[in-house]
Amino acid sequence: MTEPLSFEKSRGSAGPPRLPDANVTAPEPSQLLGPEHIRSKAPGLPRLSEPEIMRHYSRLASMNYSISEQFYPLGSCTMKYNPVVNETAAALPGFAGLHPYQDEDSVQGALELMWRLERALSAVVGVERVTLQPAAGAHGEWTALRMIQAYHHSRGDARTEVLVPDSAHGTNPASAALSGFHVVEVRSGRDGRISLADLESKLSPSVAALMLTNPNTLGLFERQILDIAEMVHATGAMLYYDGANLNAFMGICRPGDMGFDAVHMNLHKTFTTPHGGGGPGAGPVGVKADLVPFLPTPTVERTNGHLTLDFKRPKSIGRVRTFYGNFGMLVRAYAYIVAMGGDGLTQASRDAVLSANYLRKQVEDDLEMPHDGPCMHEFVASARNLAQDGIKALDIAKALLDRDFYAPTVYFPLVVPEAIMVEPTETESKATLDAFGAAIKEIVAQAKTNPQALHDAPQTLPVGRLDEVAAARRINAYLQGQSDDPVLRWKAAEK
Amino acid sequence: MLAAIGVQSMDELLLDIPSSLRIKALELPAGLSEFETMAEIASLAARNRVFPDRLTFRGGGVYRRFIPAAVAAVTSKPEFYTAYTPYQPEASQGTLQAIFEFQTLIAELTALDVANASLYDGATAVAEAAMMAHVHTGRNEVVVPGYLHPEYMEVLRVFSEGRGIKVRRGTEPGPKTAAVIFQQPDFLGLLVDARSLTESAHAAGALAIACVDPISLAILAPPGEYGADIAVGEGQQLGLSPSYGGPHVGFISCRKELVRRLPGRLVGTAYDKQGRRGFTLALAAREQHIRREKATSNICTNHSLCALAASVYMTYMGPDGLRQVAEVSFKRAHALSERLAALPGWEPAFPDRQFLNEFPMRVPKGPAVVRKLARKGILGPLDVHRWFRELKGVLTFTCTEVNDPRALDELVAALES
Repeated sequence: MTEPLSFEKSRGSAGPPRLPDANVTAPEPSQLLGPEHIRSKAPGLPRLSEPEIMRHYSRLASMNYSISEQFYPLGSCTMKYNPVVNETAAALPGFAGLHPYQDEDSVQGALELMWRLERALSAVVGVERVTLQPAAGAHGEWTALRMIQAYHHSRGDARTEVLVPDSAHGTNPASAALSGFHVVEVRSGRDGRISLADLESKLSPSVAALMLTNPNTLGLFERQILDIAEMVHATGAMLYYDGANLNAFMGICRPGDMGFDAVHMNLHKTFTTPHGGGGPGAGPVGVKADLVPFLPTPTVERTNGHLTLDFKRPKSIGRVRTFYGNFGMLVRAYAYIVAMGGDGLTQASRDAVLSANYLRKQVEDDLEMPHDGPCMHEFVASARNLAQDGIKALDIAKALLDRDFYAPTVYFPLVVPEAIMVEPTETESKATLDAFGAAIKEIVAQAKTNPQALHDAPQTLPVGRLDEVAAARRINAYLQGQSDDPVLRWKAAEK
Repeated sequence: MLAAIGVQSMDELLLDIPSSLRIKALELPAGLSEFETMAEIASLAARNRVFPDRLTFRGGGVYRRFIPAAVAAVTSKPEFYTAYTPYQPEASQGTLQAIFEFQTLIAELTALDVANASLYDGATAVAEAAMMAHVHTGRNEVVVPGYLHPEYMEVLRVFSEGRGIKVRRGTEPGPKTAAVIFQQPDFLGLLVDARSLTESAHAAGALAIACVDPISLAILAPPGEYGADIAVGEGQQLGLSPSYGGPHVGFISCRKELVRRLPGRLVGTAYDKQGRRGFTLALAAREQHIRREKATSNICTNHSLCALAASVYMTYMGPDGLRQVAEVSFKRAHALSERLAALPGWEPAFPDRQFLNEFPMRVPKGPAVVRKLARKGILGPLDVHRWFRELKGVLTFTCTEVNDPRALDELVAALES
């Protein structure tokens, strides 16, 4: 089943929705504005009735896998269940109806929520203060690096390099480069953890920070984190924590205690705000005392129960987006934290670790395990053992889709060939984990008996594997003026 | 489960964590039932004051508009809001097609070739566009004439500093200028001469970046018609509630020649073996997960669900509905500005400049006016003196289709009282 585009379904005859008339005496735009200001041709938006629109989007919705219907073991993405009460909370008119430029006195509840969320997140990660402004994880990373840069700069210390492990998320080096840093890669050792010898050789007075996630992207805790922190700090550099994997140890340990100076969190991973098919998320950043003066403005301050926005912070890096962050997502995350409490968050992380180790055990005979367990909240397997049958990680991913599971993250981290990165999260039942394990077993067995069936997967979805190479060629042809098909948008056929 | 794993206790799974790092418990209250949770959250919501839509005359980048019920009906479908970024295209066709439609809608609205899947907000869209121009031209300065939204300006500066790009206020681009960035209508609501700004940018070998109000484009010449290279903007007005400033959605579109410099996700068509058309992430070689430090941007998670809301809104309105909304807002704002100008001591702050539905008035005792209106239940105009020293006593009023004629009467009566 496929669904035509709204543009293809558009009927010239569908009139506009009923909307109010102006009911005031005033001139038409064309009477006041010069012709140079007036649009010459109406935009080509579709013309559809409401029932047609609702049916269109219902059909599109039915073509998606989502956490509401499927197990989503997407490593590094923490696809846990999103409690529906979060949505109810964010939709309260007392939040959704607030204009960002209302006076502080009229938004005390919103500011109180932000202040409490800041306190709660600070408690979870062990930092002094948190900015809630960044809109996403990568935005948070970049914000943290800008603060670290400002910190060094304030000491007359022009550091130009940022160290990033080879197993890091792609956003790490991209954020560092966007901040104007030169990125230097640090190698992982045989055990999947950062090589201290390599780190030692790359540390120098020009290094501003080491960006690290712990547990790392292989799902392994960096046992020598305290040594790493000492080495980094001894050279005057700072330690930055990529919070993508925070779900592994809430209530068990804290990045702040490990020596991290700046810590970003993904509210859309660890704190159950929904992913929305790719956002909106929220990427708050927590900092230790040294970095507090550099936090983006405004911060939320509380004096004798009265809340204010503080714009007068002379050392601040400035604002990194409009207003005060993705406030609607902050409400959702706060609702989750209130409902879970300290006890619930701790249990969530323990259960996440338990689920990952249990699932790892279920599939360890079927796939290669490049590193020894136990793992934390996720593990990375490799499909290398199926190479002799011509089966790749991608084939396994697609075969899982046919079995009503979303696929794990594949081909990441880059340090493991044919990587299959599985993060089950704490919100899945044992029955689901068993079913997933059984599906992997069945697929691996099929690799021997009928590999072609795996190459042909998926068969049960609206489309089969899409030819992305041909798509890239078509885009090139368009960009080079050899084709009229833009590929990246719909375009009416020339009449 | 522990037995299946082959351990005696949970703690055996956590042995890699040095014992000195283990904490006893989080310093947070214990969990609550759903009922208690909502009671606590609702008590915070109750400490905020919400002004009725019809009595909201404040804009400054976030506006009250009629939001069709269809928008929430679609965005609250869990198949949309609980899906991840569409990495597995076969299982994500709904999201991918919706993004492809969003890209087309934005490209149509701005009359440019290609739009991306979304950005965080209008401010970061401006900053990302500046980065595109910097890389494309190899030049290190952007010029900003007139009244760009002050928060966009600040974000642009913070982004630019990291990359060593200078942000200069002014009207004259020079040989070092990568782009001229202007807002149409500007932060005060006034129209700028987009055509001559674009021409001056091009004459200096720089790109022209237009920051536009999406609803205004139902009336105003779109960036593609006057030759701008990149269009950016804030999409909050397209079906998103104010929500104390977010989440909203940034958009960006550009000429064909700049497509490879676009930040973030792009969705394109592709075909399977049976020749069926589908949608998939395209030109990923620009992105951080492939290119790492050489990527065009670090953006990963964007604002997909907000883009979906905007798509539903634009599809619901169609070209005629969007025009109706823009025209009603235009007429009400002009009717209001005439009445306000008749108040003793009040005058248009820039009488020679045209506007659409937001306009600056110079008034005696601006801050007192705003406070007085609040006492009467009206979210009055925005005092822009806070950002611009030269605009003492200048307040901007906003009118949209939600401010019915009686609401205008109430506003004027409150001011006269």
